[in-house]
Amino acid sequence: MIVTPEDQVVDPGLDDTIKKLTPEKIEQAVNHVMTKETAARLQIYIDTCIHCGLCAEGCHTFLSRDGDPAFAPVGKVKNTLWELVKRNGRVSPETLRRMARIAYTECNVCRRCSMYCPFGIDIAYLLLTVRRICSLLGVVPQYLQDTTNSHSATMNQMWVQQDEWIDTLQWQEEEAQSDIPTARIPLEREGADVMYSVIAPEPKILAQLLGNISLIMTVAGIDWTMPATDGWDNSNMAMYSGDFEVMSRVEKLHWETAARLKVKKVVMGECGHAFRGAVYDGPRWLGWKFPPVPMVHAIEFYYDLISSGRIKIREKFKEPITLQDPCNTVRGRGLGGKLRYVMNALCEDFRDVSPNQEHNYCCMAGGGAINCGPPWKTSRMMSNRVKAEQFERTGAQYICTPCHNCHSGIEDIVGYYGLGMHVKFVSELIVQAMEIPAELLA
Amino acid sequence: MYEFARGPLVWIAFLILILGSLYRLIWMVVFSKKDKVVHPYMSLKYGLRSLFHWSIPFGARNMRLRPFFTVVSFLFHICLLVTPIFVLGHTLLWKESWNISLWSLPEGLADAMTIVVVIGVVFFALRRISMPAVRYVTYLNDYLLLGIVIAPFATGLMARYQVFNYQTMIVVHMFTGAIWLAAIPFTRIVHMLFYPFTRAYMGSESGYVRSAKDW
Repeated sequence: MIVTPEDQVVDPGLDDTIKKLTPEKIEQAVNHVMTKETAARLQIYIDTCIHCGLCAEGCHTFLSRDGDPAFAPVGKVKNTLWELVKRNGRVSPETLRRMARIAYTECNVCRRCSMYCPFGIDIAYLLLTVRRICSLLGVVPQYLQDTTNSHSATMNQMWVQQDEWIDTLQWQEEEAQSDIPTARIPLEREGADVMYSVIAPEPKILAQLLGNISLIMTVAGIDWTMPATDGWDNSNMAMYSGDFEVMSRVEKLHWETAARLKVKKVVMGECGHAFRGAVYDGPRWLGWKFPPVPMVHAIEFYYDLISSGRIKIREKFKEPITLQDPCNTVRGRGLGGKLRYVMNALCEDFRDVSPNQEHNYCCMAGGGAINCGPPWKTSRMMSNRVKAEQFERTGAQYICTPCHNCHSGIEDIVGYYGLGMHVKFVSELIVQAMEIPAELLA
Repeated sequence: MYEFARGPLVWIAFLILILGSLYRLIWMVVFSKKDKVVHPYMSLKYGLRSLFHWSIPFGARNMRLRPFFTVVSFLFHICLLVTPIFVLGHTLLWKESWNISLWSLPEGLADAMTIVVVIGVVFFALRRISMPAVRYVTYLNDYLLLGIVIAPFATGLMARYQVFNYQTMIVVHMFTGAIWLAAIPFTRIVHMLFYPFTRAYMGSESGYVRSAKDW
């Protein structure tokens, strides 16, 4: 086995946990997943793959690492799932560690490679299956596992307590009122048209975004509410650690909260994972075909507000600005067109990336990769040179992205590659650009 | 030997192909129910939409990124499927054995198409050797698979042009052809059977569920 620099990264979530494992324990977990949790899909994907390597160029890590075959999607499957299948799950703890490293830190389960496989093999699903096995064995990067533990204990990803949550919302309501005196963040309003969902980083580290949405909702005249109880966060890193039990608890509580508030729809803030967890992965694990209450992502919501004239633009953003398409809402929801409508409505000098929309490169923070924490940052940066080059080609000074993970991931890339660009959420652009009707300012 | 190849062997090969394929497809339908997330999301419209984009040359971005591969791959697959059915030597046998009348390919064209298959296999083999990403996931059985595919075409061509002994060559041709047919359901050539379904499933997931394209 070749030892790579990535093998030498110290992570107690992998290094210490494998010490308790034996090949027999690993075999047991693999067999459980292979016989109880997977069926024809996995088998057919393995049988159908003709080992053609056409998926390679679908992957930003492969492109960024000068075509290192171990970073091609099929190369990752070879080093993980094929190996597990070939050995009937009897692999050494060290081998499992390596598989965990590949599945968690070198793949963003962004599903781009599926668009490059002629058979449409869902390679991300194969890597998620590897993560599921690792999670059952407790071999998960420590930072990511901590996030999952937070979900399990507090139902949000950043250990936010209920009093902190309510306090933050009230604080941001006051902040918004310094701009528009009637701005509110209505809590627990039963029967509202909209429940607004955010993820824990908003109250924890980006509270001003809550003030922003209060302004936007007030100007647009939306009848909205937020829950005062747990169930407000569905960012769901458990979905990516492979702890599907916790994932489904988070999503179930989120939907039960929406049902309790009897809202007509849920608007998901600028986060891609939360949208994926709430609309796809969560309901499926719970045995629901679709979510019980319609969910609209912020991109679509802003599109509706701007295209219907509920939000009018006073002054467009002037500096050259480009875009990061979030995988889970663009490839995962086809919102690329609406996102561009919003960008052009808000910005004078919008410079698109290439390739874009469904073919856009992942930010490399997605799929739980950034949640694997500082030990893996250098590897993560090396895996997305292609993204930095893509941004540089646009000549823009700003990057907009309607996704928290993209936001953090892109900030890392901007710093690491010295791009000197700034990252913005759409809501920041809207608050800057929208017209506040005179009667609201009175 | 010729009599055996001409008679029972063909029956055996076709039986393995048909029963094996039926088995794999029925297994797929039944076993995919256990997946829970396959059947509810299958959509005819979006499945066909995806198949359409992936069945026309340059219909997907990846095909446009590698035009040479796309051309070789399409020609290879078309020739691989069409030639064995419509080549004159075979249409005579269809008629003689099962009284099925089929149109025959002009001989020159059939030769050219056979050569395309042979070139295609050589191209795929060279690709496996020369491209690191492909070599990395290439095993001995990948070359064996290419061998199974090239053998009936190469031997058919050799028999037709009487390279070595015709009688021997034609028997070898029949045996390698039988191996090829029988291998379809049980090797990774099974992608021939599963392709429409894996593609349609990804098309449904992308189009019906996620309102996005997958090409």
